[in-house]
Amino acid sequence: MRSPFAVLDRLDERRLGLVLVIPAIVLMLIVAAYPVLSAVWMSLHRYNVKVPQDYAFIGFSNYARILASRTWWTAMETTVGFAVLSVTCEFFLGLVMALVMNRALGKATGAVRVAVLVPWATITVVTALAWKWIFTPTFTFGALNWVMGLFAEESCVLCGRWTSILAMVFADTWKTAPFIALLLLAGLQSIDGEMYEAADVDGASKWTQFTRITVPALKPAILVALLFRSLDSLRMFDLAYVMTNGANDTKTTSMLSYDYLIRRLDMGVGSAMSVLVFVTVLIVAFIFVRVLGAAPEGADKVKKPKRARRSAELESVTDAMGRAQIA
Amino acid sequence: MTAAAAPRPGGFALPTPSAPTVHRGNPSFLARVRDLGIWTPFGIGVLIAYCLFPFLWLVRLSMDPAANGAFFPSKFSLDNYASVLKNGEFMHAFLNSVIIAGSATVVAMAIGGAAAYALGRLPVPGKQYIMFGVLAVSMFPGISIVGPIFELWRTLGLYDTKTGLVIPNVTFALPMGIWIMSSFFRDLPRDLEHAAYMDGATPFQAFRKVMLPLAAPGVFTSAILVFINTWNEFLLGNSLSATTHSMPVTAAISNFQGENTLEIPVGPISAASVMVMLPLVAMVLVFQRRIVAGLTAGGVKG
Repeated sequence: MRSPFAVLDRLDERRLGLVLVIPAIVLMLIVAAYPVLSAVWMSLHRYNVKVPQDYAFIGFSNYARILASRTWWTAMETTVGFAVLSVTCEFFLGLVMALVMNRALGKATGAVRVAVLVPWATITVVTALAWKWIFTPTFTFGALNWVMGLFAEESCVLCGRWTSILAMVFADTWKTAPFIALLLLAGLQSIDGEMYEAADVDGASKWTQFTRITVPALKPAILVALLFRSLDSLRMFDLAYVMTNGANDTKTTSMLSYDYLIRRLDMGVGSAMSVLVFVTVLIVAFIFVRVLGAAPEGADKVKKPKRARRSAELESVTDAMGRAQIA
Repeated sequence: MTAAAAPRPGGFALPTPSAPTVHRGNPSFLARVRDLGIWTPFGIGVLIAYCLFPFLWLVRLSMDPAANGAFFPSKFSLDNYASVLKNGEFMHAFLNSVIIAGSATVVAMAIGGAAAYALGRLPVPGKQYIMFGVLAVSMFPGISIVGPIFELWRTLGLYDTKTGLVIPNVTFALPMGIWIMSSFFRDLPRDLEHAAYMDGATPFQAFRKVMLPLAAPGVFTSAILVFINTWNEFLLGNSLSATTHSMPVTAAISNFQGENTLEIPVGPISAASVMVMLPLVAMVLVFQRRIVAGLTAGGVKG
């Protein structure tokens, strides 16, 4: 019987490599690269699907209109505010969780592991619903309602703009802090316990030990977690869509683009907005590449030829991007 | 890309004693409990409660949405679950999600597994750049591809079809799948291929008969993670579907509560949410070690 892979079986390593990698590349070109370029092209046109005859090249007019509008900048403020607050909260809470878990018994890890994975595995739409109702007075029990009353008028957290954004920060932190804790925990467990003992002998305080031993050891993991969480929160969509549906000026830039693209079918303005979201993410990603590319222990920077340095830079960036895949 | 030295098999290793006063070789369980003091168990308790609380709150609302200031429901009733099971729209969406996430996972594993092997072990020219490009795609904001795909799918007749949702989901699953699987492939010993070549195997035969079976745990771990991510997907599902023909369960749940803000059917929606969560919670319970190993794969540089 002939093998169905007869053709592939005859290839040498080099050709086989190409054949195996090509389907993935083609798919990504069609479904990721082409749409981005196409969005740029559409953003330069006046084009609404409902009025297809009114189609014209208008240069950067869509961008000019968007950047002059208050709606856009309000959405930008919401998005950036949410990103800064949520990444900060997630990081500090994740760090505390990791430290607590690191101190715990090996015995407890089974239950802790499951508990920590539950928020990570909870789909965002459900996360949003659960927290939406936790923050809705009618569906909350007395004690929590009282606590909410301290922060929001008539204890209606989702009635004001910044309290709504804070509620989303809460929900997002709940979902992702445990995951950051797992990343940091892996880093903590790789630290040699003898370093702390030596520091203790030298009379270093717990705080000095934390800042001088723990934080430097965690630095790569911290950078990866921070920057990728920022990229992710800058394109946030589902949480706001379900929790507030954009009420009280809580639309994110992704939501605003969605409104124009899918609801109003205004492909011109919608595409221009989505390109701006892309650019925002790109700027943060660029900063991230700079920081991580510079990371591989600075000492040997001078000696290496440019090509090797570039390659090492690319490698450390790629490595960091890979590690953050799930974050 | 240095080989990862993460605690691969178990995930959580036993913690190294972080309190330097503990100088015992292998303290008994009770001694260790004593050394912990009060705060660590307390912290762990708070941690577990915090992680489970919103989910438990949904379960509680699904039994009896009339909270009326009470923490525990006054009655335990499964009526809401029954009404969800009888809701054709929801069950359709649930089935759609199973089909979409399932096939996206299988396709992503096939395409991604092949690419991961090539990038992890074969001499592909410019593989660093390819890997960079692959991972860069994972950073694309979904919204910046949704518009053009929406247009393209309408022209090709893929709008509001399950295929139309599987394709972009596969694309977004590939970066993670390729990364995790290629790190598993890379960690297999080099001698295996040489032995296969000695026995007269061609590179592709070595791949599918020797390397693939050995990397099965890695493939399986990526499959779990990809499935969970695809099940979670909302933006594409919401934008590229219109009817029960293709609408995934995430979009269906958000639609339930979208129309009428005064009369939100909290009970049935919570019941539906809990049901959507169950497959994932079950996966977490069964595969916890594998998931943590996959999540932290390459998490620390050795």
